[in-house]
Amino acid sequence: MTDAPSVTGWQIADVVAAWPETPTAKTLRLKLAEPWPFLPGQHVDVRLTAPDGYQAQRSYSIASSPADAHAIEITVQRLEDGEVSPYLCDVLEAGDQLELRGPIGGYFVWRGEGPVLLIGGGSGLVPLMSILRHRRLTAPDVPMRALVSVRTPGDLLYAGELGDDARLLYTRAGPPGWAEPPRRLTPADVADAAYPDGLAFVCGPTGFVDRVADLLLQAGYPAERILTERFGPT
Amino acid sequence: MSGGFISRGFFGKRRPPEGMEGRLPPGQYYESGFPVLTVGPTEKIETDAWTLRVDGLVEHAVEWNWNSFQALPRTTYEGDIHCVTKWSKLGTNFSGVSVDELLKLAQPQPEAKYVLATSFGGYTTNVPLADLVDGKAWVADTHEGQPLPREHGGPARLLVPHLYFWKSAKWVTKLTLLAEDEWGFWERNGYHHRGDPWKEQRYTGD
Repeated sequence: MTDAPSVTGWQIADVVAAWPETPTAKTLRLKLAEPWPFLPGQHVDVRLTAPDGYQAQRSYSIASSPADAHAIEITVQRLEDGEVSPYLCDVLEAGDQLELRGPIGGYFVWRGEGPVLLIGGGSGLVPLMSILRHRRLTAPDVPMRALVSVRTPGDLLYAGELGDDARLLYTRAGPPGWAEPPRRLTPADVADAAYPDGLAFVCGPTGFVDRVADLLLQAGYPAERILTERFGPT
Repeated sequence: MSGGFISRGFFGKRRPPEGMEGRLPPGQYYESGFPVLTVGPTEKIETDAWTLRVDGLVEHAVEWNWNSFQALPRTTYEGDIHCVTKWSKLGTNFSGVSVDELLKLAQPQPEAKYVLATSFGGYTTNVPLADLVDGKAWVADTHEGQPLPREHGGPARLLVPHLYFWKSAKWVTKLTLLAEDEWGFWERNGYHHRGDPWKEQRYTGD
């Protein structure tokens, strides 16, 4: 197994573009002063500094592919009572700068193995999108599919970019004309999507990840081939 | 370091409560809940299948089952915990059996300098032996008066509160004393081999 690229020091990145993905999530495209290589699934630490010197750090997954060499993208889900995400979503805009370090993490990373099942809940889709995008750009022959669970169409990130390789599930309400009633992922959904001898990447809120990891175990995945990343304020 | 960079329009709103300012290590924020972060599935270990073993460079490898573990003298940790994902929980408490108590029975050999903790499910983390002795570490089965919940590592987890919390292995089942440092799961995956939050030792090389 190749080592994942390891973290470098703090640097200032230029926000070269910023756009909303949903009413409550925003993508920031960041040009690094000192670019580094990374693997899909790795994240960055962001550090904000107030005028009085107070600092706040948080981690954000990279959404873009490493093959997109000119900049990296992070997608930030705005947490209502958050400290950093409302700043990144509401205040920061193209032309600003952001201090960050990366790339971080050598566990929840895709090194090109296949086949791969991606299961994302809500904003847990962000690191999975890096994997999907990287596969499309560099390894289209690797079998890969995604199960994406969101509450409503308004919570779906990258809606225009998810194609036949992604299956969508709505837990509260689907779009107009959606054939299925709102529901959670079932054992059958996971069993139908499972690949024998594959890897599974699961990312989302803690309860979602726990539930999906159990469904994957039931579908025959050994624990060591279930990679999880849990999100969430509590 | 960036020396003087100010984030335009950022003023911050998670400063620690009054009187607790000195208790937040650099880069940490105050969290009143208890977030759950785990590698892989959450383990389900019944107490009648639970065992804890201390082995490696010891005079006597010792294994406890749930009942014999419960018979050991217990102490309580009152204080703070710090997760490398940036949250700190201030003023909490855990109780269980101190690692000193376990080592009293196992008796470390003089060349033992490091410990590799192993969990049900295979998670590992390495800790210098010096960080586990003299009242600094526990195998804890109780959090704030309640049995430790499964998602927080119940029935019992290692508790090393002066290091980042990934060192406090959930569902711990074995402590192996070693002469040489052997890196655990996160330590092989980009995280610091010791993890002192006051020195902000988050990642390899920090």
